[in-house]
Parts: sequence; C-alpha cells; structure tokens
Amino acid sequence: MTTTTTDTESTRSPVSPKAVLRPGDRIFSGTALSAGIIILITLAAVAVFLVVQAIPAFAPDTSDNHILEGQSFITWVWPFVFGTLWSSLIALVIAAPIAIGIALFISHYAPRRLAGLLGYIIDLLAAVPSVVFGLWGALTFAPMLVPFYKWLNTNLGWIPIFSGTPSGTGKTILTASLVLAVMILPIMTAICREIFLQTPKLHEEAALALGATRWEMVRMAVLPFARSGIVSGAMLGLGRALGETMAVTLVLSPLGIVTFNLLNPENPTTIPAIIALRFPEAHDSGVNTLIAAGLILFIVTFAVNFVARWIVSRRAEFSGAN
Amino acid sequence: MTAIAIAPTTHTTSAGHLPKWAPWALLAVCFVIAGTIFAFANAGGDPADFNIAMTLVVGMVLYMGLIFVVSTVAESRRHATDRLMTALVSAAFVVALLPLVSLLYTVVVNGLARFDGEFFSFSMRNIVGEGGGAIHAVWGTLLITLGATIISVPIGLMTSIYLVEYGEGKKLARGITFLVDVMTGIPSIVAGLFIYSVFALIMGPGTRIGIMGSLALSVLMIPVVVRGSEELLRIVPNELREAAYALGVPKWLTIIKVVMPTAIAGIVTSIMLAIARVIGETAPLLLTVGIVQGMNLNMFSGQMSTLPVFSYMQAKYPGLPPDAYIDRAWAAALTLILIVMVLNLAGRLIAKVFAPKISGR
Repeated sequence: MTTTTTDTESTRSPVSPKAVLRPGDRIFSGTALSAGIIILITLAAVAVFLVVQAIPAFAPDTSDNHILEGQSFITWVWPFVFGTLWSSLIALVIAAPIAIGIALFISHYAPRRLAGLLGYIIDLLAAVPSVVFGLWGALTFAPMLVPFYKWLNTNLGWIPIFSGTPSGTGKTILTASLVLAVMILPIMTAICREIFLQTPKLHEEAALALGATRWEMVRMAVLPFARSGIVSGAMLGLGRALGETMAVTLVLSPLGIVTFNLLNPENPTTIPAIIALRFPEAHDSGVNTLIAAGLILFIVTFAVNFVARWIVSRRAEFSGAN
Repeated sequence: MTAIAIAPTTHTTSAGHLPKWAPWALLAVCFVIAGTIFAFANAGGDPADFNIAMTLVVGMVLYMGLIFVVSTVAESRRHATDRLMTALVSAAFVVALLPLVSLLYTVVVNGLARFDGEFFSFSMRNIVGEGGGAIHAVWGTLLITLGATIISVPIGLMTSIYLVEYGEGKKLARGITFLVDVMTGIPSIVAGLFIYSVFALIMGPGTRIGIMGSLALSVLMIPVVVRGSEELLRIVPNELREAAYALGVPKWLTIIKVVMPTAIAGIVTSIMLAIARVIGETAPLLLTVGIVQGMNLNMFSGQMSTLPVFSYMQAKYPGLPPDAYIDRAWAAALTLILIVMVLNLAGRLIAKVFAPKISGR
C-alpha cells in the first residue's frame, strides 16, 4: 500500500467503521423495529382496554347489573378469586414433584438415545387442546375417580379437606385440579429439563468419582444447581393453571362458594370458568363486571409470569448458558 | 459401567452388587403378582373390565417396597435409596403417560362413533337431536386460524429479525424478549376479553365477528412465533453473514437471501407448532366469535362456528337425546386432535428433512 491510498482510506474509514445505510436497510430495519414495538403496544393495550372496560363494574349502585344483582363487585368476585387460587395451588402441589421426576428421568436416567423421543411424548401433552382435556376430565376421568373419592372419604375422612359426602359424579374441585395438573406438566417439565441439563458436567463427574450413587449425585450436584430453575418452572406452571378455562368450565358446575373441601358436590369455581359461562349471555354492565374479573386474572398471571421469567433471565446470566 | 463379573470366580467388581437383571426380574414378578390380584378381583366378569391402571400402580408400589428391602439386604442402605429413587423417577414418567394414553384412547374410541361422512358434509342448521355435522365449524376454524397466521407470522418474524439482527445488546430488545416471554403466559381468555373490549369501543358492544377471533388468536400466537424463530435465527452461523458482508451485500439483503434461507425449515416448523398451539383455543373464540348453527364464511360479518367452541357447546349444553350431542362433541375433539397431531408431525418432519447441512457442525 502506498502512502497516497492510506491517506484517502483514513478519511473514508474512521476508527469504528460505519456501514453505508441504503434505503432498503432503513425500510427493513424500520419494519423490524416497528414489529417489535407493536408487541409492546399490544401488551400495554391489553391492560388499558381491560381497565377502561372494567371501570363501570365498580359503580356504587349495582342493582341494574344482572350479574352482580346488587352486591358489590368485591363480594361477588371473592369466591372466584379463592377458587382460582385454590384449584391452581392443588394442581401445582400435585404436578411439581411429578414434573421434577419426569425431567430427571429424561435428563439423567433414560438412555441418551431415547431422551429426545421421551421429551417429545411429554410435549404431546401440551399439544392436546384444552377443550379435549375438559371433555376427557368431565366425561371419562371424573367417573373413574368416584370409587377413589369414596375410599378417600371413608379412610381419610378425619382430614377436614376429605370430609363430607363425596360427589357421586366425581365432578369436584379435586378432579379439576388433577386435570389442571396434567395440563401444566409439560411446561414445568420443559423448564426443569433445560435447567437439569445445564448442570456442569464436572460437578456430576466429581460426585460420581467420589463414589456417590446416581441419586446422591443428583441430590448433591443437580438439584442445588437447579433450585431457582425449578422454582420458576413451578411458577410458570402456576400461571398456566390460573388462566386455564375450558378444563375447569367443563368439569365444575358454577357455584360461587368458598370451601376447602375437595370431595363435595358443591365446589368453588374459577375466574376464567365464570367468565366463559356467563359471557355469552351477558349484556350492558354485566359485561363490564366480567371484564373486571378478567382484569384481576390478567394482573395475577402477569405478576406470576413476570417473577418466574425474571428468575430465569437472572439465572441465565450466571449459568453461562445462552 | 461394564464391570459385570466377567469371570464368575472373582467377585471383586460385582461383590455387594445386585446383578443387572435382578431389578428387571423383580419388576416383572411384581407386575405378575399385581396382575394376578386384579385378575382374581375381576374373576367371572368381563375381561374388558380388567383394571390396567390399578395393576400398573400396585405393581410399581410393590416393586419399590421390594427393591428397597432386597437392596438393603444385598447391597447397602445407600444403594437401596438409589434404587428406590430410580424407581420413583421412572414412575413419574409412567404416571404422566397414563392420562395421555387414556385421553387419546377415549377420544379415538368415542370420536369414531360420529366420525363419518355426514359429520363432514352437514352443518347444524335445522338439526335437533341426532344427525348433523360440523362442516361449518371446520371451515370456521380453518378461516380464523388462517387469519391469525396471516397476522402473526409477519409481525412475529420481523420482531425476531429485529431481536437477532438489529437489537443486539440494546435495552429495547432485552425488554421485548422479556415481555414476549411474559406474554406467552397470558391466559387465553384474557386475550379474548381484550379483543372484545377493543371492538366494543369501536363497533359497539356485543360485536362478534370472525376477524376478532383471528386477532385474539394472534395475541396468543405472536409470542410463540417470536420465540421459535428467534432461536432459529440465532443458530445461523455468523460466518455466513460475514461472508455476505465481505462481498458487499447490504444487511437487509443478507438477512433475506442468506440468513432466512438457512433457517427457513426451522421457522416453518415453529410456525406450524404455533398454529397447532392456537387452533385448539376455545375460550377466546367463545367470547369473540360466538357460535352459529349454519355456515358463515364471511370473516367480517356475523358470528362463526369453530371446532373447539362447537365441541364445548355440544358437551356443556346437550339437548335431547344427550348422547347425540356428546357424540358430536367427541367427534369434533377427534378432528381437532388429528389436525394438531398432523401439524406437529409435519412440522417436525419438515425440520428434519430440510434442515440445512452445515459442515463442521
């Protein structure tokens, strides 16, 4: 290179070279950026529109509201909030240990060649439409559970949640929670599996080299490493269970009561279920009432998902995994 | 791993260990015992009533108890715990399989009753009781899902391109990634309420038209498309991009001509999985699209029927005779499951067959 060219080159390319921006580039990057911003706007719009439509539900006089029928909104919605939280918590308690077990089975126990296939089978559960789960839960699963509920009632009836007269149809909150548990298994399994696979190989091999059995290796190396991942997987599952509509709607009959009893024919119901049941025939301020209930659901699930994703993303920086 | 006693005379490596076949043999024995118990309980009854689920459960519990005792005696307490946990972890997987198998079995058996020509050639217009079909719901589902796909794919794809190609390290991109993740957890019914509220303000309360369903499904579908295609764009090797830049290709052409073709098979797969995810959504369609008895192919006027809502309404509010309604609900469920499974399988097949062959990876 001669001195003359270096001179012109130094003027053309400064220390940090900037690419030439063509019109095509501008249009393309602009479109990409606006697509991203549309998503943010949508999310904000969900909140804004729900709030706007929910406000009339809080009017002081609710006598002309065909859903509230004179009660205040809070008195009306409280049993459904309770039902939503209660059914989702039961589902979580049932599903969490099973999901951890499945994830461990796929990541550390199953033959390596089968692992992908087994993961796919669990993902199939996620692909089943919720209305099909609802049909199965209401028409097949609930009748199957009746003898089991009778047995629970006779043998463990001294525990308050199993007392009372067991339902003859099996359509109880426990059935709904069991169906929910099956539905949230795939997401929890997927998160746990991913985290378990991130366990540093050296930790595992060190444990094995010290003579640990496989379970001791899992307990000492895998589980402590994956604790926060398990928590966030459980929370994502909880978020799914809170918002699940059809399974609960089809299994439970709508009775807005508050009870911890699991086996009775009278059961609490959930916010999404009551919206799905009442919305088709709702009108005027009744619609606003249901939207207000939906707003509560949105806030709760958003918060649960937010915290869960925050744990995962904070985690990703430490683990060194992309 | 392969340290099974090679020479039976020396017991150095296998001493204090159960032979490899022992747990399997014990498991088989336990299942035989459980099977015998339930066969006797069912003696004289219909062989079809044989309780397979309980046999499995009792067999597994029996195995866990026995292997713990045997292993404690023959090996040590630590190995016994290990074997017990192995059994528990494997059992967790089987427990998850039971509902899947039971569900698929019931849907197929019950769905076949009405899975006939009439079901796919008649609507429910003027039908009370038996007969009738769901052709209107099939068309409604296809149209609304197509609408949702047309809305979601460009937005989702462009967003993922922004995140991967333009947003590297920017705060906005990190925010979008995070909120997209959060958005995947929005309950589907809330998406329905949102679209209903928007149209109630614009077109008056009580509006229910097909395009609203497409929009509601898009709210649920966009995050799935973004996450899927983002992951695939990220694994496109940087060398390919750099080679294109070095040849003087503009960035936008590089993305269209180099990055996208490399990732296209995976992106198609993720779009198909996203469609499979939303095609079974019921709640948002119930709120925004409603249900009608006859065929309506106009997305911009009047309520439409969709398979999931059809199935739900038939099962939840059956008329007389109820069996006719329940059978139609199952047939619609079977149709849905078939569509979802075909989409899933086709998607994975495309990913496998058309995956780019990059040397050195």
